[in-house]
Amino acid sequence: MFRNIGQIVLLFWRTVLALPQLWRQRQKVYEQFFEIGNASLLMVCMLSFFIGGVIALNFGPPLVERSFTNAVGGVVGLAIALELAPVMMAILIAGRIGSAMAAEIGSMRVYQEIDALRTMNINPIHYLVLPRIMAIALALPLLVIFSVMIGWLGGAVVADVNQQMEIPFKAFFADLRDLVTMTDVVKGVLKSFCFALIVGVVSCHQGLTTIGGPRGIGRSVTKAVVNSIVLIVIFDYLLTLLLHLLSP
Amino acid sequence: MNGTNDSSAGVSLVVRGLYKTFGRQKVLNGIDLEVQPGEIFVIMGPSGSGKSVLLKHLIGLERPDAGEVLINGQSIETPEIAAKYRMALVFQSGALLNSLTVGENVGLYLTEHRLKPPAEIARIVAEKLEDVGLQDAVHKMPSELSGGMKKRVAIARALVIEPQLILYDEPTSELDPLSSVVIGNEILDLKRRTRVTSLVVSHDRDLAFGVADRIAVIAEGAILTIGTPEEVKRFNHPLVQEFLRADFKRER
Repeated sequence: MFRNIGQIVLLFWRTVLALPQLWRQRQKVYEQFFEIGNASLLMVCMLSFFIGGVIALNFGPPLVERSFTNAVGGVVGLAIALELAPVMMAILIAGRIGSAMAAEIGSMRVYQEIDALRTMNINPIHYLVLPRIMAIALALPLLVIFSVMIGWLGGAVVADVNQQMEIPFKAFFADLRDLVTMTDVVKGVLKSFCFALIVGVVSCHQGLTTIGGPRGIGRSVTKAVVNSIVLIVIFDYLLTLLLHLLSP
Repeated sequence: MNGTNDSSAGVSLVVRGLYKTFGRQKVLNGIDLEVQPGEIFVIMGPSGSGKSVLLKHLIGLERPDAGEVLINGQSIETPEIAAKYRMALVFQSGALLNSLTVGENVGLYLTEHRLKPPAEIARIVAEKLEDVGLQDAVHKMPSELSGGMKKRVAIARALVIEPQLILYDEPTSELDPLSSVVIGNEILDLKRRTRVTSLVVSHDRDLAFGVADRIAVIAEGAILTIGTPEEVKRFNHPLVQEFLRADFKRER
């Protein structure tokens, strides 16, 4: 993976330079955006609800036992907004959308469709990469906002029905509002924007460098997902550190 | 390729000292050739002789280790060449975009470069598909087409560019004899109508001798001979004669 970092950075830079083409490619951005939404929304709902629930289930009873009942909403809310929603959604999108991007572009590369674009003087970065990266950069932060709300709801439901906690809905959200600020949600959304760029660039790069036949495409898909996840985790730490420094 | 040059005349193509190596394998070993404007030039040779790699160099998809390709005296690697001259490559597989319909594939160049309004693009697409006898396939997906139909769509897609240089990579491979004749006639007809310079890479002897003004025979990355079809037939070189006379019945 690290051998390709230079190529990935170069592809990202070329995509940035292609930004003036964005308006021209808006139709493709819409198409990709709705495809991402369609493919992920139901899964985001399920995943987020249960993540919220499991965080409440894990942290709620020990906190209640130690008389920190009014901290449950805040802990669950903070964990979801700052960490779990951005990272889990990014991993979900890497698996669900990044893999599809790598497979589609990889197949186009193997079957000379990208060469055909070049012979028509159509830049593959403008035609293929830019719309996909923009769509994912637009969709993931929105999915994360959605995920945060569903995750909080999941946490609230579990905190309410669990006999060791029995924290009413209203009290859960009042506690949550005490600890979680809008800045925390914005921090999570900002992180998810960076993760979206990582998934988009890594997946498109893997697709564009695919060689061989179906086995090569399969290899590219695996690499796209694995490399994206590794980079998401590394960048999660770096971005969290940076955000702490900027807004302690 | 960007449609800024209004001249419809074919362009000249000059290849000088072209070398290309992949790993340890020498694929092109000093290729020199000249194609005149409006000429149909066929490059023949056995499989693996470097024909398709040469073709990719001629349209700038590959960069040579040494040597140069000149279009009307200008290097193919100069950035403005794509805007100055219209060139098209008909891929061996057709290389149609599988996610687009036949009509969208054929009109892709015009759509992406915004050269015409949508209604005009639809008219041109219908016209070019009619030229290759596929007017009913406009809404079909590439996966619904046979190999021959895909190649004809690829030719229609190239025609939309109104190319001054058109390159064909094995245009009759995997085709039945009737479809091969249709493709051969397309190549001749296009030259008659547009005076385009055509370069055909093929190991199909019937096609080569049927359409070529001149033929080059290539083996192991080097050109063995260049001449008119009659001159090539008479060229006394064991590899050339073996290639031209290879016959299943004779071998038995």
